Amino acid sequence: MRVKERTHKYIMLFVGAVVSLLWIYPFYLVLVNSLKTKSGIFESTLGLPSVPTLENYPIAFEEMDFILTFFNSIVITGGSIFIIVIFTSMAGYALSRKPGKASTFIYLLFAICMLIPFQSIMIPLISIFGAVDLLNRTGLAIMYLGLGSSLAVFLYVGAMKGIPKALDEAAIIDGCNRFQVYWYIMLPMLKSTTVTVIVLNAIWFWNDYLLPSLVINKEGMYTIPLRTFYFFGEYSTQWHLALAALVIAMIPIIILYMFLQRYIIDGISEGAVK
Amino acid sequence: MNFKKRTYWLFLLPTLFALLVVLIIPFFQGVYYSFTSYDGFQVSSFIGLENYKNLFSDEQFLYSLGFTAAFSVVSVIGINVLGLSFALLVTQKLGKVSTLFRTIYFMPNLIGGIILGFIWQFVFLKAFTGIADLTGIEFFRGWLSDTQTGFWGLVILFVWQMSGYIMVIYISFLNNVPKELLEAATIDGANRWQNFWKVKFPLIIPAFTVSLFLTLSNAFKVYDQNMALTSGGPFGSTEMATMNIYDTAFKVQEMGYAQAKAIVFLIIITLISVIQLQITRRKETEL
Repeated sequence: MRVKERTHKYIMLFVGAVVSLLWIYPFYLVLVNSLKTKSGIFESTLGLPSVPTLENYPIAFEEMDFILTFFNSIVITGGSIFIIVIFTSMAGYALSRKPGKASTFIYLLFAICMLIPFQSIMIPLISIFGAVDLLNRTGLAIMYLGLGSSLAVFLYVGAMKGIPKALDEAAIIDGCNRFQVYWYIMLPMLKSTTVTVIVLNAIWFWNDYLLPSLVINKEGMYTIPLRTFYFFGEYSTQWHLALAALVIAMIPIIILYMFLQRYIIDGISEGAVK
Repeated sequence: MNFKKRTYWLFLLPTLFALLVVLIIPFFQGVYYSFTSYDGFQVSSFIGLENYKNLFSDEQFLYSLGFTAAFSVVSVIGINVLGLSFALLVTQKLGKVSTLFRTIYFMPNLIGGIILGFIWQFVFLKAFTGIADLTGIEFFRGWLSDTQTGFWGLVILFVWQMSGYIMVIYISFLNNVPKELLEAATIDGANRWQNFWKVKFPLIIPAFTVSLFLTLSNAFKVYDQNMALTSGGPFGSTEMATMNIYDTAFKVQEMGYAQAKAIVFLIIITLISVIQLQITRRKETEL
């Protein structure tokens, strides 16, 4: 029995390790080849570089205008997340504390809207926002709030149902108004839900390509995915530069993942299971 | 103590406003557009069902719907088989290494479809050719240059990206299987295989409902990966439904017609989701 247990464990470890290597191999290939010269890649893609060089990086960094691009991504992602967290938690608070026909109807509305695929409203959305001159970052943040509201509201309502109403009542008797109760009592108690909402939306906003390409497709406003796309189009014959650009584009999220991986994975599973 | 009416609506206002202008109004507007010959500038005329009739003779659109369906079926199976296998693997008692495996399997999911598409373009075009040169195996040559390798390329990319995500969902369900149940089964003489099929499997059926729903709808809506890996080529033979809609709308500028496609797309996705939920829900109660 003991021996069998141990063999089983070793087989599992072996399988897990092989799959792990296979899973990171594409990343490894990109990284290794980004350290080669143009002719180095031409000579061999699979091998290590004969003389590793970092010379592709400053060129790619410069051509991508990476500091501005990175800043743009931060502004869009950060701003949209701030808006979605504040407004959907407020909405969730109202829905969870005033049961009745109105709340049931609104809740149902959120559920139905969740089923609408983006592509089926894409065209009118762009023409409506274009007509009121909102094809800019503000418009993009409003769109993200609308598109992301259903899931965030569900998560908040679910979490708030678990917080006793007696708490609100006590605070209100002590002289708090509704907003103070929400801000000083509810929000701090909802931290883990807020982490989930942030994680789910951050991954989406940070990586989104299609919607930003329709809304903020202007030089100077490009986010990382947009810039990567255009850079690649221009340099697709020069793999050494294109690969360096891909590595640069991935670095921020990989670093974040290393530090926050527990929160990220927990957030994902919370969001999917609830 | 309930909300005062005014405060209640004040708290809901910003989110409801966004929902209204981003989803509800565009939805009805879209239905209207689909009956017109809207070109992006003006709705020139109401043409009834004309757009919908034309869809049935639009070979490229029908092809891309078929391609998307085939892609979705194959990917959904691949993602769920791998995702569940990964989840079972990392929930074995392997010590700290489990966390490392989990971290690695999940990683592709954090990176956007555009970047992932380009990474695999490099793998298929350059690394695969390298492998072919090295080993002489012709299988690795010419990837993404025809429909078949384009199709499998997209499937590989998407399975690689999504398996880790689905793994996380299965893990959380597997962790909720009561330990006493598994111990009791083991004492009664159940082996690993029986433990999985007879104890764990019935208890994680709800995970299938969630996972199938998520993978199916995500697979149907793929755009970025398609754009970056093959951009629909060669000759539109790997063009998926969403790309077809996008091109009709923003390249050909036939917005009314594109919107009719978008409505058909919406109906298909909704139907599939409803049917799938019905079936898996029934299975849930049967077991």
